[in-house]
Amino acid sequence: MSSLIGRNLLAGAEKDPAGDAGHGAPGAPGEHPPRVGFFTDTSVCIGCKACEVACKEWNAIPEDGLDLTGMSYDNSGGLGASTWRHVAFIEQSKPLGQAHADVGHGDMDVLALAAQGSGTHPVEDGSAANTPAAPAADGTDGDGGQDRGELRWLMSSDVCKHCTHAACLDVCPTGSLFRTEFGTVVVQEDICNGCGYCVPACPYGVIEQRPHDGRAFKCTMCYDRLGAGQEPACAKACPTESIQFGPLDELRVRAQERVDQLREAGVSDARLYGHDPEDGVGGDGAFFLLLDEPEVYGLPPDPVVTTRDLPGMWRHAGAAALTLLGGLAAVFAAHGRNGAPVRGFRR
Amino acid sequence: MSGETGGSGDGRTSGDGQGRRSGYKPGQVYGNPAEERESGSVADVTKEGQSDVRPGRAALVGGQDLTDGHGDGAGDRGATGVAAITGRSKPKGTAKGRHRGGRRRGRKGERTVVPEAEFTSYYGRPVLNQPAWQPLNIAGYFFLGGLAGAGSVLAAGAELTGRPVMARALKTSSALAVAGSAAALIHDLGRPGRFVNMLRVFKPTSPMSVGSWVLAVYGPVSGAAALCALGGRLPRVGRAATAGAALIGPAVAAYTAVLAADTAVPGWHDGYRELPFVFVGSAATAASGMALAMSPTAENGPARSVALAGTALENAAMKAMERRLGLVAEVYRSGPGGRWMRAAEALSAAGAAGAALLAGRSRVAAGASGLALLAASACTRLGVFHAGMESSKDPNYTVIPQRERLDAASGS
Ligand code: SF4
Ligand code: SF4
Repeated sequence: MSSLIGRNLLAGAEKDPAGDAGHGAPGAPGEHPPRVGFFTDTSVCIGCKACEVACKEWNAIPEDGLDLTGMSYDNSGGLGASTWRHVAFIEQSKPLGQAHADVGHGDMDVLALAAQGSGTHPVEDGSAANTPAAPAADGTDGDGGQDRGELRWLMSSDVCKHCTHAACLDVCPTGSLFRTEFGTVVVQEDICNGCGYCVPACPYGVIEQRPHDGRAFKCTMCYDRLGAGQEPACAKACPTESIQFGPLDELRVRAQERVDQLREAGVSDARLYGHDPEDGVGGDGAFFLLLDEPEVYGLPPDPVVTTRDLPGMWRHAGAAALTLLGGLAAVFAAHGRNGAPVRGFRR
Repeated sequence: MSGETGGSGDGRTSGDGQGRRSGYKPGQVYGNPAEERESGSVADVTKEGQSDVRPGRAALVGGQDLTDGHGDGAGDRGATGVAAITGRSKPKGTAKGRHRGGRRRGRKGERTVVPEAEFTSYYGRPVLNQPAWQPLNIAGYFFLGGLAGAGSVLAAGAELTGRPVMARALKTSSALAVAGSAAALIHDLGRPGRFVNMLRVFKPTSPMSVGSWVLAVYGPVSGAAALCALGGRLPRVGRAATAGAALIGPAVAAYTAVLAADTAVPGWHDGYRELPFVFVGSAATAASGMALAMSPTAENGPARSVALAGTALENAAMKAMERRLGLVAEVYRSGPGGRWMRAAEALSAAGAAGAALLAGRSRVAAGASGLALLAASACTRLGVFHAGMESSKDPNYTVIPQRERLDAASGS
């Protein structure tokens, strides 16, 4: 087991998961394609849910309830057996970089605006502004702060992370979950026997058993489309390129550029999530640019693949098993043969 | 960045643009590097740049002009809009202060020794998904596996030390328990008909795979031991099977702890060092209970000692685990997990006391103590199961320990 750790197969940075899974290494005969992934740049997501719809349609995922959750515009709740892309909506009273969401609308005369008709233009005398009154440069409100309320709306399209060290894959007892030649993680539905072990193993709460079917389902990164030279349906559908698909190393470079750009522009909250090959899961195949702490989006702040500790678990279990065997043997040794008088033991 | 973006956009529309957008070509497999260079990839992002680039994309929410005047029409519009705002940037300190204050749920200035939990969650939704495991199936699987495994060791000890009634009873109970354990596991599958897929591969990284193989070996061996003991035939085979079952038994009792711990469930994973000892202690408790219930007082001396040792180990390991779990230990103290654990403690105390004080003299007291010990073990397994499920349902138990780990690592 420790040899697995040494070769970075259970934790730590791993250069070539597909190659380690038995697909031809780069340069070898039967060479596998480069590892691909998603970079989801949530700073440009507009919450249109085109990805959710495209995913449902392409993968023929069944309907799983039409609920109104009351969680902003999020009515799919979270990732699961029948939701492989999930758009999270977060409404916050926080500033977003240098954008001014806290613009007073108190002095806007909507009736006057309506009277102007559709061809509105700035009114010179200021009696009815058709643009929101801008706050003064010193940061105080034009209207004395009465109606001031900062609001920012974060949206993020979540998906299976296609972990470098995927706990779901590691613990699957049937070999139903496997690593594809693209370095992604896919369930083979004709093999899964619905043991459900992958479900609590996933540190991100992605994979799930489908009720009435029993088997586990999750994002395949459109394995069928990749094989045919197409990009995944969600990335194809995304109108703002919030979801970018491509070779993972290239995406990482671009993501770093993007986050630097945002920071430079004053969006100090911008950060990457899941991009680091040294993190607890060896880096995600699908990583994100977030505008707040990961937990705000329902993501774990520091996920660790559970099998990192597996050698330790087996060692402790071995010690416990030996304790049981040795302890019981000692008890019988102390009691001796039945019927034989044992010193110090009242019969 | 902006220059690159613009360049790739141009590149796409001229020259190889046709290849890039042509999309599916029969037989083309994505990512063959040579071919990719020839035809262009359909991916958004390629080594040559990004396809599908929309002008002005880089002009962003909440920022100043990033296009450096390189943007075309849409970019300029965006830049103008943003530029109108840049002059009035808020002091960064304000933003940060507000941000952190919000996360502390308004309890500013109350810095205590224990760092306050600074976290939020997504509408209180769990971070983890819960398996569709049924409590009776899974806790029953843990309980019966423990009863069988420790029972086999007791049976061998009883046989070697001239306690034939106890040996026969425990061989039988172990065979039945392991059959029940396997049945519970199969019953819990989403596709029970595909149980044999468990034996498709052997994966040391999957405790369930290892466990399936252990059960596949242990089941027939313990069955043979029971059949030989009951039928009185083939004594050599019976002895070999008894010894074999006694050697595999502890593995059967212990591996279920790894099964639970090798998940992202905080209440299980974080206790992976102690959980196997809780489980083997509980297994010894159950097997000693079975031995007390099924054997005459003349033979039950070792069973009484095992009852004491088993309950002591189980409780000590449980305490150690709660200490390690810290915040997450709550799930073993309150809620459904807490209720089952308290029941287990009471039953094991009663059972152990009965075993120590009365079971040597009274057959009835021995039987009652035995049943209490069996029930104690079952309650422990149910408690562990429910505690784990609770810990996975509450985002606090996932987020707070991870946050603390991050904060400790970053030295803040
Ligand atoms: S995010 Fe979860 S389901 Fe996806 S690969 Fe990682 S462990 Fe598996
Ligand atoms: S539910 Fe299916 S995919 Fe998940 S671990 Fe079990 S067999 Fe593997």
